[in-house]
Amino acid sequence: MEFLNSFILITNYIIVPGLTYGSQLALGALGITIVYTVLRFSNFAHGEFMSFGTMSTILLTWVFIDSNIKFGTFPTAIIVLPFSIIFTIIYCLLVDKFVFKFYRQQKSKSVIALIVSIGVMFFTGGLIRFIIGPGDKNFMDGERFILKAKDFKMLTGLDEGLTIKSTQGVTIILTILLVILLFWFLNKTKTGKSMRAYSDNQELALLSGINPERIVLITWIITGTLACVAGTLYGLDKSYKPFTYLHLVLPIFAAAIVGGVGNPIGAIIGGFVISFSELLITFAYKKFFFYIIPDNFLPDGLLQILSTDYKIAVSFIILVLVLLIKPTGIYKGKIIE
Amino acid sequence: MQDKQHIILLFLSMFILIAFVGFFQSWNLALTIFNLCIISSIMSLGINLQWGNAGIVNFGVMGFAALGGLANIIVSMPPTAKVWDAGAIYILIGIIIFILSIIFSILVWLKSRLSKKKKYIINFLLIILGYFLMRYIIDSPIKAIEAIEPAKTGYLGGLDLPVIISWPIGGLLAALIAYVIGKISLGLRSDYLAIATLGISEIIIYILKNEDWLSRGVKNVNGLPRPVPYEIDLQSDPWVLELTKFFNIPVSEISSIIVKLSYSCIFLLILLVILLLLEIAQKSPWGRMMRAIRDNEVSANAMGKDIKTRHLQVFVIGSAIIGIAGAMLTTLDGQFTPVTYQPLRFTFLIWIMVIIGGSGNNFGSIIGGFLIWFFWVQSEPLGLWFISQITTYISDTNIIKSHLLENAAHIRLMFMGMILLITLRFAPKGLIPEVKR
Repeated sequence: MEFLNSFILITNYIIVPGLTYGSQLALGALGITIVYTVLRFSNFAHGEFMSFGTMSTILLTWVFIDSNIKFGTFPTAIIVLPFSIIFTIIYCLLVDKFVFKFYRQQKSKSVIALIVSIGVMFFTGGLIRFIIGPGDKNFMDGERFILKAKDFKMLTGLDEGLTIKSTQGVTIILTILLVILLFWFLNKTKTGKSMRAYSDNQELALLSGINPERIVLITWIITGTLACVAGTLYGLDKSYKPFTYLHLVLPIFAAAIVGGVGNPIGAIIGGFVISFSELLITFAYKKFFFYIIPDNFLPDGLLQILSTDYKIAVSFIILVLVLLIKPTGIYKGKIIE
Repeated sequence: MQDKQHIILLFLSMFILIAFVGFFQSWNLALTIFNLCIISSIMSLGINLQWGNAGIVNFGVMGFAALGGLANIIVSMPPTAKVWDAGAIYILIGIIIFILSIIFSILVWLKSRLSKKKKYIINFLLIILGYFLMRYIIDSPIKAIEAIEPAKTGYLGGLDLPVIISWPIGGLLAALIAYVIGKISLGLRSDYLAIATLGISEIIIYILKNEDWLSRGVKNVNGLPRPVPYEIDLQSDPWVLELTKFFNIPVSEISSIIVKLSYSCIFLLILLVILLLLEIAQKSPWGRMMRAIRDNEVSANAMGKDIKTRHLQVFVIGSAIIGIAGAMLTTLDGQFTPVTYQPLRFTFLIWIMVIIGGSGNNFGSIIGGFLIWFFWVQSEPLGLWFISQITTYISDTNIIKSHLLENAAHIRLMFMGMILLITLRFAPKGLIPEVKR
């Protein structure tokens, strides 16, 4: 019983939030990885693309709620997601047409494209704040919990409660669906294969008659979709504030690099590595040991490796460590000079 | 000769812009902008040395600037009473133990002949052991120090020295950290280096935000001493009163103008000294070598240049310059507020300055610093004016109009992004291009 209690405690405070946050990071990192392999630059504007997607979702949610279109207890944000994905894709394509295309044709160095993406980041960030304002927006409606702590305790008779928010459930399910779809596309369809061929060797792909413009188009469609879904899920789970998305870029880059940039599986693994280490390192283990160690052996203090204030810093520390020890990441990623 | 005229023209128009602010808004504001312009220019000189001359991407400006700010506290604040009784020495011992464990694990990594797997395990254990030993030693003295009058002090305090000393110390502190960072991460490719430095600078800010015993964290350190007189003392000086009569403006305004002017003079002097040194360096064989390394690492290496050491050198010097500017900024503000350090304002804005001014040209960086800071401050009222102009025909009760007016301030981010993108597209060499030598 005691052991079960400690297990539920860990599930409640580490496994469920870790899976949720990890999924959000993984979706973001996938977007960065795909841009990196196909278009060959580190896209610092990805966080703002996510923010743009979330903003479209929020605006559409307001429209839907105003016109009284409701779907029971299901969050409206998920219903409007397909539409906001389209908006995000259009925005990405516009940015590519007016900004990134030029540097691709010039065959600029990847550092230049990186600095260009910072310009895009500034512009998009300003645009978003201009449209929706810098304040906090909560756009979650419908049923808030799948499982409440009280119900769980009643059901099992344990001391520890388990809470699963509906946003957490939605995040995990949607991520699984999207990842399956993405891998099916990359590995089974002809377009996906030609995309991989293009990213492996551009000249050879051109020789085999692959249309580069089409590849770029599809890359942005995938990136826009991933960015919009990742941003919306993050905004649903926490709350939406344009400012936080700027700070999200670094953990996402960390996830992509830890897993190995350029490797989609790596991006997913990286997302979970980052999210779980953030939680494991800043979790106060006192209560956990309270269940499994006799009282008189229990030490003072919270038994925390790092204080919770350092939660996000953990991802940077891991990022730096990985860059120093194994820059190619867990799965050997692509290195583009 | 054409180039010189071009540069002089640009600087003249910049001063006219600032003078416009003086005439139409207020001289106080104009001088505030001017002082921050100088600090921004010094920071962009540091980045220009790294990026323009050596091709190193340093996205850690924020961290180095904050370290300069920390130097202000360490040097100039009065020491907190009783910290030594509370066990400040144990904090020092704990940190030294942790650093020793890291050094020892590096030695194991480099010198021992164990298999790689064993080395990983030993290093991991060593650092974990060092970390927990440090935590064991420092946790209770930290609590004791933070408990000393937490509303007023609750931190180590400083050495009570003149604040000017903190500027070179800030540079040294930044240089020291830059040496460690450079030693471990300069081998990375440019993209990775950018991300690594950005990450490290965030870690530095997190430490400053949360280690209350060192920097009071989010409680901020207020009332840093000044290298210039206080307004309140000036207001009773006879010659200030004379000036008040002469210009016919209130005494409060004239005293604050005098304070700002004296800051301007000190800052301008420092800017000129740094500029002179950088210009000499750029023209010297050393500068030529740096550019050779930047343009073609392989052939420079073949000519016997030690690329790693040179990169490290330039990284350290550039970061030290940023550290000095960061220390100056904190002195000007009179307080150290870790929360204000944002990558947007400190890292990316400085980069925009360098790119727009013209990477590789010191004068370019200065004009970039002036111009971008000027518009960063002034685009807020400009944006408001612009929005109210285009919405004049919409009635005041319209929701869209009030919403637009409310968010007009954020136009400046869009504006900065636009400037950067347009420069990169149509004038990638910037306002003052690098001189071909």
